[in-house]
Formats: sequence, structure tokens, C-alpha cells
Amino acid sequence: MFVRLVYESFRRQKRRKLLAGAAITLGVTVATAMIAVATDIGDKINRELRTIGANLLITPQEDTLDVEIGGVNLKPPTDGAFLNEADLPKIKGTFWHNNITGFAPMLPVNVSLEGNGKARDATLLGTYFSKHLAFGKEDFATGVRTTHPWWRVSGAWPDDSSRDVLIGERLASRIGVKPGDHITLSGRDLRVSGVLSTGGAEEDQFVGSLALAQEILAKPGAVRRVYVSALTKPEDAFARRDPKSMSGPIYDRWYCSPYPQSIAFQLAEAIPHSHAEQIRQVSQNEGAILTRIEGLIFLITLAALFASALAVSAAMATAIFERRAEVGLMKALGAGRLAVASVFFAEATLLALMGGLIGFVAGGLLAHQIGQSIFNSQITIQPVVLPVILTIAVLVTFAGSAAAIRRAVRLDPVFALRGEL
Amino acid sequence: MFLRMLVRAAVLRRGRALSALFAMVVAAAVATAMLNLYVDVQAKLRREFRNYGANLIVVGKDGASLPANTLSQVESTLSGRGIVAPFAFVVARTGDGQPIVVAGTDFDRVRQLDRWWSVSNWPSAPQQALIGVRAVAAVSPKNQPFDLSFQGRTLHLTPGGTVQTGAAEDSRIYLPLSDFVAWTGIQPSTIEVAAAGSPEEIAATINQFAQALPSADVRPVRQIMEGEARVLGKTRSTLLAAAALIILTAALCVLSTLMGWVFDRRRDFAIMKALGASGRLLNGFFAAEAAVLGATGALIGFVAGVGIAAWIGRANFHAAVVPRFSVLPVVLAGSMIVTLLAAILPISLLRRVQPAVILRGE
Repeated sequence: MFVRLVYESFRRQKRRKLLAGAAITLGVTVATAMIAVATDIGDKINRELRTIGANLLITPQEDTLDVEIGGVNLKPPTDGAFLNEADLPKIKGTFWHNNITGFAPMLPVNVSLEGNGKARDATLLGTYFSKHLAFGKEDFATGVRTTHPWWRVSGAWPDDSSRDVLIGERLASRIGVKPGDHITLSGRDLRVSGVLSTGGAEEDQFVGSLALAQEILAKPGAVRRVYVSALTKPEDAFARRDPKSMSGPIYDRWYCSPYPQSIAFQLAEAIPHSHAEQIRQVSQNEGAILTRIEGLIFLITLAALFASALAVSAAMATAIFERRAEVGLMKALGAGRLAVASVFFAEATLLALMGGLIGFVAGGLLAHQIGQSIFNSQITIQPVVLPVILTIAVLVTFAGSAAAIRRAVRLDPVFALRGEL
Repeated sequence: MFLRMLVRAAVLRRGRALSALFAMVVAAAVATAMLNLYVDVQAKLRREFRNYGANLIVVGKDGASLPANTLSQVESTLSGRGIVAPFAFVVARTGDGQPIVVAGTDFDRVRQLDRWWSVSNWPSAPQQALIGVRAVAAVSPKNQPFDLSFQGRTLHLTPGGTVQTGAAEDSRIYLPLSDFVAWTGIQPSTIEVAAAGSPEEIAATINQFAQALPSADVRPVRQIMEGEARVLGKTRSTLLAAAALIILTAALCVLSTLMGWVFDRRRDFAIMKALGASGRLLNGFFAAEAAVLGATGALIGFVAGVGIAAWIGRANFHAAVVPRFSVLPVVLAGSMIVTLLAAILPISLLRRVQPAVILRGE
């Protein structure tokens, strides 16, 4: 009898059920999409913040002091210590390798630019542009095109295996070199494939492949420093603690959190004789910005959840209020308050489950759409969210119906049937 | 008569009218808060991005020193919309002949401009140096006073504190600018500027600098400007999408509540019609009721929404979001449209029904 009541109610009152169901579906859609966006926004903005450049720097451990003014290196190029290029792929072997979006080694060397019978001093910066490397089973491409996305080239980026170079914009206009021209650097005839504009010191330099710089310096495998771009978690008091003073489990927790400090620690472990440190200008500020944006989206998600809960409650209240006559009839035929209430609650649960399922799928699509159109990348929903969403949907539907159901079961059947009040 | 009908309708069915008004207030409040945040978030995040330090750098052409009045010119051009710090550099020798970069600057300004510098103690007395953490071992491993020499002139310094940044600053020694100039005779060659404002305002500032300072190069720090533009753009788009979703949900909530309310009153409607009210009068009555409800809800909601936005601003950005009164007409118009729609839809349905049928309760 009970099942039949509920079944018939769905079969015969399609319009009303559709309205209430649509409200629930919409509410769940909005809630799911906002939860998905809120859980993913940190990662997405973190990736956008990588435009500002690398946040970690690996240098040789026993290095002499840098003698650098305005990005121009004044230290004799053979002075000090070097890292070994062969160790670099190990960066992808650290615990947080998935968080490392890219790295670029740097080796500045002094060259003499020969032309028109005279020679002048210049700097050639050896680096990876977009070099293919392999670590274990993983193949990846890395270089300045990932870590320094604000570098612009008019002409073409050289290939990492070629001997082509880029010429800085200011240097190019001073000596009148165009893409495609040939220049002589320290006795080598090289083709200029493009003009580089960075807004920094590289505009007065040449940039070539790492192998070319090593050949000029006659130090195969030498790397002066490595810039690493990593997705990190905003630093807190725990992150700043000294790992040496930690006990076992606390150390593990520190080691397995993507703080700038712990990733730097792991990089220094992975590469022999190296020292890794966060570049504070980048890593400190991105922590602050990430926290702000995540906080904002979190508060807005709360607002969205509140608005959808309200919409669901309003729709349910209206739907039940419209069925006073039905309640009157049931009561006139001898149904108790419990029987009436349980019919309504069963209907509400069914509606909430169906609306919740459809809304979850629709919300997933919506989140996907938002991810594609705003961030050009996926926003995926964890299936774990589904039971949470369904529970919330049922609870909200119940809460929304409760007041209306209570009023409905209290009605005097006589008045309800006469259609008064 | 018309007014009395409006007032009595609201008073007699207080419960339903109040719940409709409540829905309206919530929707208007949420819409106001979202629009306010959307307008204001850019200014709030820009302020956060200024913590990245300089977004413009003024340097002497070909590495030359800047004329002595450059700093005051830069400041008068900026007229308070930003922070400025001068830097002068030389390569000096430590006591054992090692080359080291020594910089002269104004510590008070650097402290505001480069907030990410992790400094153990800012020097306050003359002849006190701020030493980069990597330079400490080379000049003053036991925190003792040390000498630096430049072109035969020696300067005696005491360590004032250490600085750590993870970049070139770690290998340098910073001095107060007056000491630096007295020692080397070299004027600042670089002025770092953190200019506030939108990309257009900053482009205008660059032009002003270029005109006021013919002997200097003005360079934007491109990674900071581009990163800022990207993050701001994406955050605003996300916020806009969220705002659209939330406002849509709130509007639908209002629509369903109001439609229920109007449907509920089909008996009033039927009686009025039976007593000879014209279609125009009936439409006018329900429309006026909807308009009053919409306007009241929008006004209360606006105040509440401004409060919510201010609270979110304080909780998240530690600065209140300024109320934007330009949002009010939008919210008001939106509320009226939603309430009118909610009134007109059921009326046009009921219009076709004979009053007798409704009064009989069928």
C-alpha cells in the first residue's frame, strides 16, 4: 500500500514532481560544480603562478660567492664549483616529482664576439630550451620554455641539439643582427635563430644550448645552477621547522608535504654536492596569494551551498503546500500523522536521490566546462564527493520539507478538503 | 482602495508574505555580495601582488650612474602611488682579497619594497652592514667587525644583521647609501619601483618616467606583470562563473517561492474577478504587489549583501570591501524582473480559468 501510494504519486503528479526535482537537480549541480572548482582552484592558480618563474634554485654546495650585478655575472667563469649535468634527471626521481613542472640548468660563459676585424666581450648563457630527457620509464621535456614562460622569441627557438643561438634584444639592436644571420663567437661560426626579449639581463647576452656553452668552457657536463619550478603548498610554521630537530613521524609528515622547504631538501638530497633553496621572492608571495584566492573561493562555495539549499527547501515547501487536499483525504480515510509524514519523506528521499544523481553528473560537466574555458585544463571530480553530495541533498530536502510536512499533518481534514487555508 | 488591498493582502497572510520576502532578501544579498566582490577582488589581489616587489626598474643607460636628482624625480612622478628604493653596486674586496658585491641602499625603503627578505635584524646605525647569508662566512664568520676595500679605500664595518632571499642578495653586503657614497663616490645606478595600479596605469607611468628621465632606461619586470595579469584574469573569470551560478540559483528560489504564493491566492483572484475586476486591474494589482516586494527585498538584501562582502573582505583579505553603490541599480532591476516574472506567470495561467471553478476548489 505504502509503496503503491508513493509510486502513484510520482506517476500521476508528473508536473509537480518535475518542478521539485528540477530545483534539487539545479541546486546539486551548482553545489557539485562549486565544490569541484574550490578543491581544484589551488592547483590551477599554482600553475598560473608559475608564470612568475622558478621558485627553487639548486647551486653547488661548495660554491664561491656569486659576483652578480643586475643579472650580469662578473665572476670568472671557471671559478667556483659546478653541478653535473648527468645528475639532473634525478630531479624527476624525488618524492614530489609530479609537483615539479620543469627545470632549467644555466651555465654562463664568456665569449668574444668577432666581426669587422675587432673582438668584443659578451656572455653566452647555456641552457635547455625544451630538452627531452628520460628518468626511469618517464620521458619528459624541460627547459626555459617551461620555467621562464615570459621569454619571447621573434624568429625561432633553437633546437637543443643544434648549435643555433638566440641573441638578446638590446644586444641585437646594438650590433645589428637579425634572425638568420651568422655570427662568430670565440672562433665558432653560429647561426642566430631568433631575437630574445625577456625584460632582464638576458637581453644583453647570447643564449645557446647547454652543450654549446660546455664546449666553449671546455668543461663537459658542467652546470652552474638549476632553476626548478615546483607546485608548492603555502608555507606555515611547521614548514619552517628545522628537519634535523624532528622526530621520526613528524619528520615523515614534513618530508611528505609539498612545502618549498621540503622539496628543496629533497632536491639537495637527490643531486650530489648540491645546495637547494627557495627563491623567497617567488615562493613567499605565491603562498600568500594562493591562500587568499583559495579562501575567497571557499567562502563563495559556502554561499553557493547556502543558496542551493535554500532553493531546494523553497521548492519542496511549495510542492507539499500544494497538496493539502490530498493530506486531508488521507487523514479522512484514517491515516495517522506518522503514515502521512512517512509518505512525504519517502517521496522527498526518492526525489533527492534522483535529483542528486542527475545534478552530480551535470555539476561534473559544468566544472569540466569551467576548467576548459577558464584554465584550459581539466577539473575532475573525485567519486568520493558523490556520497557526500547525495547525503547533503537528502538532508537539505528533508530540512526543506520538514516544516511544510509538519504543517500538513496537523491540518484538520475538514478544512483541508474544503480548500480553506 | 488599491493601496488598502495591497496592505491587507500582506498583513493577512503574514507568514507566506514574509517567507517570500525572506527569499527575496537572501537572493538580493547574495547577488550584491557576489557583484561587490567581483568588482573589488582585482584591487585586493593587486595589493597582494605588490608584495612581489618592483614591477618597474629604472637603470642608467649602459650601466652608468643615474643623475643625483633621479630619485626625487621618480617619487614626484609617482606622487605616492608606489614604493621606490635606490640601489648602487660595486665589486669590492674582502680582507683576504676575495671579490664581493657591495650594495648601497636605503634600508627603510627596502624593508617596505622587498617584504620577502628574511632579515635577522635591520641595521639602524651608520657603518653597520646587512650581510647576505652566503657572504657571512667570507667576511664575518664570528660576527666580528670587518674591512672592505674598493680602489684603495678601506671601509670599516660592523655586522648589523643577515639577509636571506635564496637569490643573488645572499652573496652581497648591503650598506646605508650615505656610507656607500662617502666610501666609493658612486651614485645609485638602479631604482626599483613598485608602482600601484592597473596595467594601463602602469604603462602610463612608464611613459611619464621615460619623458621625465631622458638619461635612464625604464624596464618593466615582465614576469611579475604577466603573472599578475594571468592570475587576476583567471580569478575574476572563476568568480564571475561562480557569481552567475549563485545568482541563478537564488533567482530560481525566489521564483518558485513567489509562484507558490501567487498560486495560493487563486481564491482572492477568483473573488476579485467574480466581483467584476477587469483583467488590467488584476494584472496591475499583482504587478504592484510584486514590485513592492521586489524593491523592499532588494533594498534590505543590498544592505545585508554589502555586510557579507565586507565580512568576506575582512576575513580573507584583512581589508574591508568598499560598498559599490553602482551595484544597487543592477540588483534592484534584477529583483523587480524576477518578482514580476514570478507574479505574471501564474496570473496568465489563472486568467483562462473561470472564477467559479477556482472558487469551487477544483
